Amino acid sequence: FVSWDLPRFVKVVEVGPRDGLQNEKNIVPTSVKIELIHKLVASGLSVVEATSFVSPRWVPQLADAKDVLEGIQHAPNVRFPVLTPNLRGFEAAVAAGAKEVAVFASASESFSKSNINCTIEESLARYRDVTSAAKKHGIRIRGYVSCVVGCPVEGAVHPSKVAYVAKELYDMGCVEISLGDTIGVGTPGRVVPMLEAVMAVVPADKLAVHFHDTYGQALANILVSLQMGIGVVDSSVSGLGGCPYAKGATGNVATEDVVYMLHGLGIETNVDLGKLMDAGDYICKHLDRPSGSKTATALCRALFRHNRKL
Amino acid sequence: FQNFELEEGEHACRRRTYQRHPVSNRATPVGGNRHVLYASYLSQNQQNYRSFSASSDQERIEAANRIIHGLPRCVKIVEVGPRDGLQNEKNTVPTPVKIELIKRLVTSGLSVVEATSFVSPKWVPQLADAKDVMEVVRNITGVSFPVLTPNLKGFEAAAAAGAKEVAIFASASEAFSKSNINCSIKESLVRYNDVALAAQKREIPVRGYVSCVVGCPVEGSVPPSNVAYVAKELYDMGCYEVSLGDTIGVGTPGTVVPMLEAVMSVVPVEKLAVHFHDTYGQSLSNILVSLQMGISVVDSSVAGLGGCPYAQGASGNVATEDVVYMLNGLGIKTGVDLSKVIAAGEFICKHLGRQSGSKAATALSKVTASASKL
Repeated sequence: FVSWDLPRFVKVVEVGPRDGLQNEKNIVPTSVKIELIHKLVASGLSVVEATSFVSPRWVPQLADAKDVLEGIQHAPNVRFPVLTPNLRGFEAAVAAGAKEVAVFASASESFSKSNINCTIEESLARYRDVTSAAKKHGIRIRGYVSCVVGCPVEGAVHPSKVAYVAKELYDMGCVEISLGDTIGVGTPGRVVPMLEAVMAVVPADKLAVHFHDTYGQALANILVSLQMGIGVVDSSVSGLGGCPYAKGATGNVATEDVVYMLHGLGIETNVDLGKLMDAGDYICKHLDRPSGSKTATALCRALFRHNRKL
Repeated sequence: FQNFELEEGEHACRRRTYQRHPVSNRATPVGGNRHVLYASYLSQNQQNYRSFSASSDQERIEAANRIIHGLPRCVKIVEVGPRDGLQNEKNTVPTPVKIELIKRLVTSGLSVVEATSFVSPKWVPQLADAKDVMEVVRNITGVSFPVLTPNLKGFEAAAAAGAKEVAIFASASEAFSKSNINCSIKESLVRYNDVALAAQKREIPVRGYVSCVVGCPVEGSVPPSNVAYVAKELYDMGCYEVSLGDTIGVGTPGTVVPMLEAVMSVVPVEKLAVHFHDTYGQSLSNILVSLQMGISVVDSSVAGLGGCPYAQGASGNVATEDVVYMLNGLGIKTGVDLSKVIAAGEFICKHLGRQSGSKAATALSKVTASASKL
């Protein structure tokens, strides 16, 4: 039988504290955010998206960006990227001690206009300023492409558009490009051609996938991405972060479910699932909500019934 | 070479002829057709570490071919909601509601709907109305309505009620067999052989189920050879199809692939179905690898009905809507109208006073009109 060339190790990029919390209605206290981040780090995650330096008018939840960044204990070999939508946000991030920033461009023109009020080209120009400044400060930049398989306004998004934006971000200096299925509509049928197109212009080891589980498709999409050679996966503890385009629907894929699958495939992550579940438990208790992770839910309940020998 | 001719399935899906090359272990196309490759999970020691340099165009095309272009053109969905989905509901669902659910599922294009179970009402009070459900359902043409029959007595009752297809359940785990149906695997197979013989006499097809194919709540991991043994026994005794069930949903492609490899070495792939539970959120990726291995029959439950009896409150069956959504996205024909399955799911969830367990159904019902252009 033929084997897939699956990566031996997959880096999990935890986006819960930022992408997960940013749409929460009730403000999560800074101390809780910091504690969540610490627990995530304790589980072995090496990249935790800490916060976002956007205007508090747009994202009130993350108005405490500076305090969060200053409050987290910096562990060796752990990175805390923060979002910076423009030069101003970047300067604020640097002043607060950020060592890594992230920028977001859309593969869909309509989404770019409706989401960040400018065209793709205008956003790329903005980000070139950020990346030039980042290079001067020796700061790493991660690039995100949104709407890589579908847009809430335009519908289907052509893979060539995704490749174009990914390449632009890569050429301007992003060390990693995360490809996001913003509304979770993708299936392997669309994901694979999209990855084919992007991988023709950006090396596979510079790519990450960021799937939303809004239609329950995230793990299948992650699996084919691994089969295509991708070795970095974004996810959110407990599946924090709903979908702003389909109220009440789920959003981010749950880190626990991803780690469960990766470990089942024999892929190393350095993440301790039990400790990860502790972090998820912590934030869900605070938010007073059940976990969005099926693995975490199952493992919690199964433990009460019998010793898991698996 | 081993030369497998994959015949036309129920939905006239032509599969391609392929050969398995003994040296490279790579299935090569015959006559220039695209090929289906069987994938294998290797132990960590053997896995190739992919060096992450920029892949060549050729490598990418080959990867994409392996991943999504060799999949079955059609997949048959076996809907188990009315039986597997409802059987553990605490509150008895009225017979007319069950029948209405079945009818709505049929309208969506599903060609196999597991209607009920002829087990003792002592064990499954929810399905005590099996006879009444069958009475109506037997008159619906063009659709198969398998019913569970745990023994000869159940079979006779099913046949008397007009059942045209029955299903039997054996476990790949000895401990689970004893705790679930109070007998050893061998004893259950003897029982089922009686059912199979009786069914044969009446020309009633029998579907076999194997439970605990990748994990057991008592024993833990289950050796693939156990699963192959039970699957082969069921197949040899006359089951036209054997459905492999991850009863507690613990499987991942890492355990599913070796299990399928073992079973496929003794039962033809076109006679196999997969029945994954979504308790750990793993079912769609498990279904995907199964398709990559050549499986073309998938069991699922509308709205994800049917919790996991081994982890209270955790989910169980994979939702039909989520499966159909993925298959549609892969360009695989199912004959099923997604919006009508969603409607059937809404109907039963309204009755149960619960939210759908299907993410696709939930998203589609909440999404704005413009987003549904996809």
